Amino acid sequence: MKQGSSTALKMMSGAGFVFLYAPIIALIVYSFNDSKLVTVWGGWSLKWYVELFSNEQIMSAAWASLKIAFISATLASVLGTLAGFVLSRMRKFVGKAMLSGWVTAPLVMPEVITGLSLLLLFVFLENVFGWPAGRGLLTVVIAHTTFCLAYVAVVVQSRLASLDETLEEAAMDLGAKPASLFFLITLPLISPAIIAGWLLAFTLSLDDLVIASFVSGPGNSTLPMVIFSKVRLGVTPEVNALATLMIVAVSMAVIAAIVIMHRQSRYNDKNNH
Amino acid sequence: MMGETTLARGAYGLAWLKKIPLGRIAVILVPMLWLAAFFFIPFLVVFKISLSEAAIAIPPYSPLLQWDSSSSYLTFSLNFGNYLYLFESRFYLDAYLSSVKIAAISTFFALLIGFPIAYLIARSRPTVRIVLLALVILPFWTSFLLRVYAWMVLLRKDGLVNDILLMTGIIDQPIQILQTDFAVYLGIVYTYLPFMILPLYASLEKMDLSLIDAAQDLGAKPYQSFFLVTLPLAKAGIIAGCLLVFIPAVGEYVIPALLGGSDTLMIGRVLWDEFFQNRDWPMASAVAVMMLIVLVIPIMFIRNSNKEAE
Repeated sequence: MKQGSSTALKMMSGAGFVFLYAPIIALIVYSFNDSKLVTVWGGWSLKWYVELFSNEQIMSAAWASLKIAFISATLASVLGTLAGFVLSRMRKFVGKAMLSGWVTAPLVMPEVITGLSLLLLFVFLENVFGWPAGRGLLTVVIAHTTFCLAYVAVVVQSRLASLDETLEEAAMDLGAKPASLFFLITLPLISPAIIAGWLLAFTLSLDDLVIASFVSGPGNSTLPMVIFSKVRLGVTPEVNALATLMIVAVSMAVIAAIVIMHRQSRYNDKNNH
Repeated sequence: MMGETTLARGAYGLAWLKKIPLGRIAVILVPMLWLAAFFFIPFLVVFKISLSEAAIAIPPYSPLLQWDSSSSYLTFSLNFGNYLYLFESRFYLDAYLSSVKIAAISTFFALLIGFPIAYLIARSRPTVRIVLLALVILPFWTSFLLRVYAWMVLLRKDGLVNDILLMTGIIDQPIQILQTDFAVYLGIVYTYLPFMILPLYASLEKMDLSLIDAAQDLGAKPYQSFFLVTLPLAKAGIIAGCLLVFIPAVGEYVIPALLGGSDTLMIGRVLWDEFFQNRDWPMASAVAVMMLIVLVIPIMFIRNSNKEAE
């Protein structure tokens, strides 16, 4: 490539990265601002972090959200792994095209539609069968499992697609039963994808506002619902502190994951050559 | 003798049962039933309720099937009133059109900003590539809601953007940026940018660079080789990225609610207000059904492009 176009390209991409990161960095800096007027600088301070941890409402919502995210991500990983496996390893069966559609559609479905339709389903089920009685953690977990399942399935499916089938075939030739083939060969091979899928599901569940607003009951606010009701009224310094903590936690997890993956691939490369 | 044959037949029957791959069926059925129950059937329920009338009751809609005890008739009533109203009232039509417009313009700008980034990543050295990819993926993992909120802080009248514009002398008094359509475009481009970059990167990375060299050896100018070679080869990534941004952006609620003004009309917001403020569940359902009809073609398209990739 020519040097001139390359410099222009670097500048354009640089501007793009500034665009991606400037708001996040500004938010982090403001979280240490002493002044109550969020945008006026009043010196460094940790007082919004203290306020954050003494805010009962935020803390209990955070705990509820963490519980929901943990359960939903785990359920979604099991169901999503099954779905991804079925779609990429099983020969054609009745309904395969339908299943593949049901797995892809939730990825792009506008959240307002997913939320409304699940709420109406729960209300309908409650009227007809008396289950689920009311709405709360259970209904949010079901809703989150459903949309997170799709993400896990896609991650697992793409891992299986890139995986060499010879190992599985060899095990089959040696007489492995389908169940032991899956648990002894396939599962260990796709475990990095399942872990990535679980983490993705966990953060997506932790972040969901719209679907949870539809399907959660009164008094069962999740963390994003509490944040939304606060920031709707204007800028809140405690939310800056909360945002900073979440961003730092996620960044560290992502960086750790990348370093581990990088080492792994270098290790593999060394062994292969 | 008789007994033996029955026994043998019984054993044969069991063997036949054993041949049914129960494990295989269970593995298929578990995710299938879950998605049927909690993804597919809910749409049927939405469709059903969109055909009923709003009522002051719990739940707030009239049943389609009703037993009239005075006349002992089972009445079945479908109410198309919600759909008629959708088409008659300018408001809903405007909301659909404006959502599609906002989503389309934002998608275009996301492509414009995302393409150079994806191109640079695809062409950099492996170690640099991992770092740049991480920089793109990181915002995608951090909270969507908080990233939208970050722009609320920046775009206020006394926010950083106005401060910088004032300092550089571009404006001489603070301008209204928050609560305008511009802020909504900005928010959508910002939050959905990673969804654009990743598929673009995936298709650019696979591209054979010697094709560009060949084009330039044959005398193509850089812009010619870009439009005639690079762009067509990146087509799959461009389509996937655009759909991944466009479809959810049409139904976006959080961004217009936090960054838009009261006059920013988007259909996701209309649905939300219809449901939470007017408590008109049938109307909200009709809005959802229409939104699905608008989006079903791009959604099918995404599925097909996925299939091709497989």
